[in-house]
This record gives sequence, C-alpha cells and structure tokens, in this order.
Amino acid sequence: MEIYWLLGIPVAGGIFLALWGCRRNAPEINALFSFLTLLAAAALTARIVEHGPLLVGGQGWFFIDSFNVFLVALTAFVAFTTSLFSRPYMRIEKEHGRLNDKRLRLYHSSYQIFIAAMLLALTTNNMGILWVSMEAATLATVLLVSLYRTPASLEAAWKYFILCGVGIALALFGTILLYFAAEKILGSGGTALLWTHLNGVKAQLEPTVLQLAFVFLLVGYGTKVGLAPLHSWLPDAHAEGPTPVSAVLSGLLLNVALYAVMRSKVLVDGALGNDMAGNLMMGFGLFSVVLAAFLIKRQTDVKRMFAYSSIEHMGLITFAFGMGGPVANFAALLHMTMHSLTKSAIFFAVGHATQSAGTQLMDGIRGLIKTNPTIGWGLMLGTVAILGVPPFGVFASEFLIITTAMHEHPWATPFLLLALGVAFAAIFGKVQPMVFGETELPKLPYQPALTPVFMHLGLVLMLGLFIPPYLAAWYRQAAQLLGG
Amino acid sequence: MSLTYHLQIVNLLAALLLLISFAMLSQRRIVGLITLFAWQGAALTLSTGLIAWSTGQHHLYYSAGLTLLLKVIGIPWFFFRLVKKLDVDRDVEPMINIPTTMLIGIVLVIFAFNLALPISQMSGTVMRSTLGIAMACVLLAFLMMITRSKAIPQIIGFLSIENGLFFAATSATYGMPLVVELGVALDVMVALFVLGIMSFQIRESFDSMDLKHMEKLKER
Repeated sequence: MEIYWLLGIPVAGGIFLALWGCRRNAPEINALFSFLTLLAAAALTARIVEHGPLLVGGQGWFFIDSFNVFLVALTAFVAFTTSLFSRPYMRIEKEHGRLNDKRLRLYHSSYQIFIAAMLLALTTNNMGILWVSMEAATLATVLLVSLYRTPASLEAAWKYFILCGVGIALALFGTILLYFAAEKILGSGGTALLWTHLNGVKAQLEPTVLQLAFVFLLVGYGTKVGLAPLHSWLPDAHAEGPTPVSAVLSGLLLNVALYAVMRSKVLVDGALGNDMAGNLMMGFGLFSVVLAAFLIKRQTDVKRMFAYSSIEHMGLITFAFGMGGPVANFAALLHMTMHSLTKSAIFFAVGHATQSAGTQLMDGIRGLIKTNPTIGWGLMLGTVAILGVPPFGVFASEFLIITTAMHEHPWATPFLLLALGVAFAAIFGKVQPMVFGETELPKLPYQPALTPVFMHLGLVLMLGLFIPPYLAAWYRQAAQLLGG
Repeated sequence: MSLTYHLQIVNLLAALLLLISFAMLSQRRIVGLITLFAWQGAALTLSTGLIAWSTGQHHLYYSAGLTLLLKVIGIPWFFFRLVKKLDVDRDVEPMINIPTTMLIGIVLVIFAFNLALPISQMSGTVMRSTLGIAMACVLLAFLMMITRSKAIPQIIGFLSIENGLFFAATSATYGMPLVVELGVALDVMVALFVLGIMSFQIRESFDSMDLKHMEKLKER
C-alpha cells in the first residue's frame, strides 16, 4: 500500500503544481509534497525492515528489498531537503531577474515528476519499466537544465538530451537482449522481464547473450552514471542548471542509474559464473576516478569542479561494486549514501556562495568566512567531508574500499591513492581561498537556507563516528544480496 | 498464403528499411529527411503487421497500430509543422561529405551482420535473419546523428535509432511486452514535446538551428 502512496504523491504533486502555477505558496507546496513523499518512504522502509522483501501488485510489478529500500529512503530524504533549500534560493533567483513565474512553475512541476520517475525506477520489478522510468527522469530534467535560457545552459541541455538519449537507447538494446534470453525460459509475455523471475532462473540464461546484453546495459546506464569516457554531459549539465537541480542530479540521479547497472550485474553474474561484469565495472570505475581527478585541477567554475568530483566518486563506487564481495559492496553502499548527502550539501552552500558573489568563477568568490560565515563554514566542512578527512563518513567508506582493493586487487591501489591525492590537493587548494581569502564581497542581504547543509553534514559526521547497528545490519543484508 | 511467402515479404520490407536508412544518410534537405522517416515507419508498420498475422502473435497488432499512429502520422506531422514554423528548410550540410559517409555506412552494415550472427542463430523466431538488418539500421542512424550539425536531423537520427531497436525487438523476440512498448512510446512522445520547446529556445538565443554555434562548453 505504501508503495502506491510513494509513487502517487509526487505524481499528484507534479500535476497539482502545474495547475497551481506561480501563486504565492508554490515553493511551500513543493516542499509539502516532498515531505509527504518522505513520510511514505519512511513507512515503506519501516515495513521492509520489519517484514523483509516485498512483492506488490498483480504478478509482482513492484519489488522492494533491502537494496532498493535504502535508496528509496535516501532519494526521498534528499529530495525533501533540496525542496527546502530551493524555497528561498529560487525566490532570490527570481528577484535577480534570472527566472520568471512561468519558469518557476515549470521547475516545481518537473521537480516532482523527476522524483516520481526516480522512485518508479527504484521500486519497479520490471527491467523494461526500469528503462522507461530512467528515460522519463532524463526528460523531466532536460528543461530544468536549460531553465535560465542562456546560450550556455541551452547547449548543456541539448548535450544532456542527446548524449543521455543515445546512451539510454543502447540500454534499451541491452534490455531487448535480456528479454530475448529470458523469453526462452520464462515464455513470452509480461512476466519474462520481471527481475524476481529472472533472478530465479539466472543460471539457465544463455551466457553469450547476457554477456552482450550487459555490455550494452553498462554503457547505456553508465552514460547516466557519468562514467568516463561517457561523462561529457555531466559537468555541463551540473554547471549550467540551477543549483537545486545540480544537487538532485548529482546526489540522486547518478545513484539511480548505478542501481540499474547493479540489478543487471546480479543477473549476469548468475548466468556467466565469472567476473566479466565485475571486471568491466572496475575498469570503467578506475578510469573515471583517475580522469576526473586530473580534470578537477583545470576547472575554474566552482559547480563544474564539484561535478567532476561527482564523476570521481561515482567511479569509486562503481569500482567497489565491480570488486564485489560483502565488504566491497558494503563500502560501496555506504559511499553512495555519504556521497549523496555530502555532495548535495556542498551544492547548497555553493549555490548561496555564487549568489552572494554574482559569479560561478572561483576567482570571483573570495573570503566567504568574513562576509557570510555560515556559508563559508558550510562550504569548508562539506569540502573537507567529501575529500575523505576523518571523522566524516566518507573517510570510513573510502578507507574500506581502498583496504579491500589492496587485499584483492593490489595493482589498482596506486591509481586510486594517486587520484584521491590529486583530487584532494586540487579541490582543497581552490576552496581554501574562496573561504578564507581577502574579500570585498557584499554580505548576502537575506537569510541563507543552510539548515539542509548542516543537517546533511551532521548525518555524515554521525555515520562516520558511529553506524547504528540496525543500519549496519541493513547495509550488510543489501551487500549480501548483490553477491559478487 | 504460406508462411515462407510471408517471410519473403518481411525480408523484402527489411531490405527496404536498410535502403531507407542509407537514403537518409545521403539526404540533404530536412523535408526529404522527414518524408524518409515516415516511409521507414510505414515499412516497420507493414512488417510488424505481417509478422503478427502470420504467427498469430496478437499483441503485435497493437505495436503495429502504435507505430502507424506515432511514426507514420504523428511524428512526421509534428516535424513538418516545426520546420514550417521555424522556417529552416534549407540544405543540411553534413560534416563529412556524403560519399565518405556511405562508405563508412557499408562498413557498419558488415560489422552489424557479424555482431548479430551468434544471436540470430539462437533465436527461435521465423524472421531471425533480419536481426542483422535491424542492427545495421541502428548503427546507420548513429552515423547520421554524428555527421549532422543541425538540431532536427539529429533528432530524426535519434528516432531512427528507436525504429531500428523496435525492429530488432520484433525480429528477435516478437516484440517486447506490451507495458514496456507503451512506456517506450510514451517516452518518445514526451521527448518530442521537450524537443519542440527546446528548438524554439535554441532558435531564440542562437538565431539559428545550427548546433555548430554551440561550442562554448568544451574542456580546454
């Protein structure tokens, strides 16, 4: 039952906000719908924790186990805090004349539809519907990336649309191949693409077909994860879109795309009985980590720099999932959570910083700590957290990933350590003057929305110091499901 | 009529699809491109309908109907209107000259047939041999997207990829489950809607539909 609420509320929100338009309370209503979605997600989570995996509807249209329920909870949570952040942020953007009522209406409505599409992708049991909702999530955000209608934002949106569209077309071919293999065993019709059915017969699926299918699925969904060399849409879309959109793209959409890859990997591992899928993911992941780390050094735009940092972290997570096994999977899931929370917090702080400086170029942002101390601290703490400084949670997950890599794939550790070191030096070196340098910047004339920033960072700090036993058990269970 | 007779017609239509893909590669005008796209949709509808009739797979009738509505009538109509409104029916200058593109296309077809061979041998459907053609159509549409610099030809290439994938699904497995096909059709429609809005925005800020102007965001 909760699942229908979970999917119904954001859809209703999207329709309602499209009709409600730009009347005074639209931002509050947006936050309210996101809050209701969060409540539904919490109820669903409570139910899964209590009763275990759940199949809902007809022949099992929805399937929720401990792997996706944790992502559902994370998605609903970050979606809610982002809606809180966007409330004052978008108002200021409107006062600055960068947005008008019509575009704000589009923003609110698409935001809800985007959340709904991601939640559908996470909860559906049908690999075909998973594809459909991934594509829907892309389409819902294309017009958000071009919301400011500047030439650069249009270019970014076009690139996002075409590259992700082509990428996802490859994933559709992968899905067709999967259906082709499944149909022989499960018979044709709607049930042959249900993940639970496929998972039951995965050992009998034709290995050569699944091998080919996985390559297409990985490249297709990998485009959306932002794996190098398919990443070129990501920094543009993150830098040119409005900040709340950058936060949800980076914190949520990338995770959902990786979720799709992982669901496919479980099937392919079962059919092939070797490490082909894992090795491919490790290769793509490692390449992304190294490439992104070196590209970070060259960035001048602050949102672009943190977008490259997202590529680096998604690469790290992909690498960890590729290694497989309970420890690496555990670390990858933990890192997914940490990255989502920290990166969206950073984008919130960066959003206010760019508003006060009037530019996204890092040379123009100086001495935040003097003029706007809370923003400065938010940005500094967020940066320190994402760079993996203890006691923040990112340290714990990165430490786990690297020690596992040392143990199982020692050849990869020098690359990982080098990349993390380069990224650390580059990001810290650029953020430090932004926060502490000399400045003539004006103080922000309004109260920044920093509750979400410190809420996220507080959670990351807490999870770094102490993971509650039930949460650890939950992660462990999910890691077990992913096998490897 | 016997099954083999049907099969021959399906094969003929498949060959026609491939031919249209090549024609699209060499077409210089946008209106011509849209017409070819409509013809590709028509060939797809006919072959899907014929397969449905000869194999008794009733859900394929729905797919055929959907293709007819969307790809033969809806999308071409939408594009004709868009072209008229934006007034962009001039020659499209491909970035590589056309004979070279055709030669690359031939190489792609050979590659596609090799790629499809192991899969089509495993397939139990009657028209498995057409899988290679479907793959070739997908790759040729890719090539078209890469070699065009205008917005509308790129989108037609994108939709043509979808045509090829649809044909692949029909020839390898008698089509995807109906829910998925409906979902894909919905996505295509939303994509067109988004494209329609975006092409006006692009036009407004660049004064042209040529994407060559979009070279600001590059990694230096």
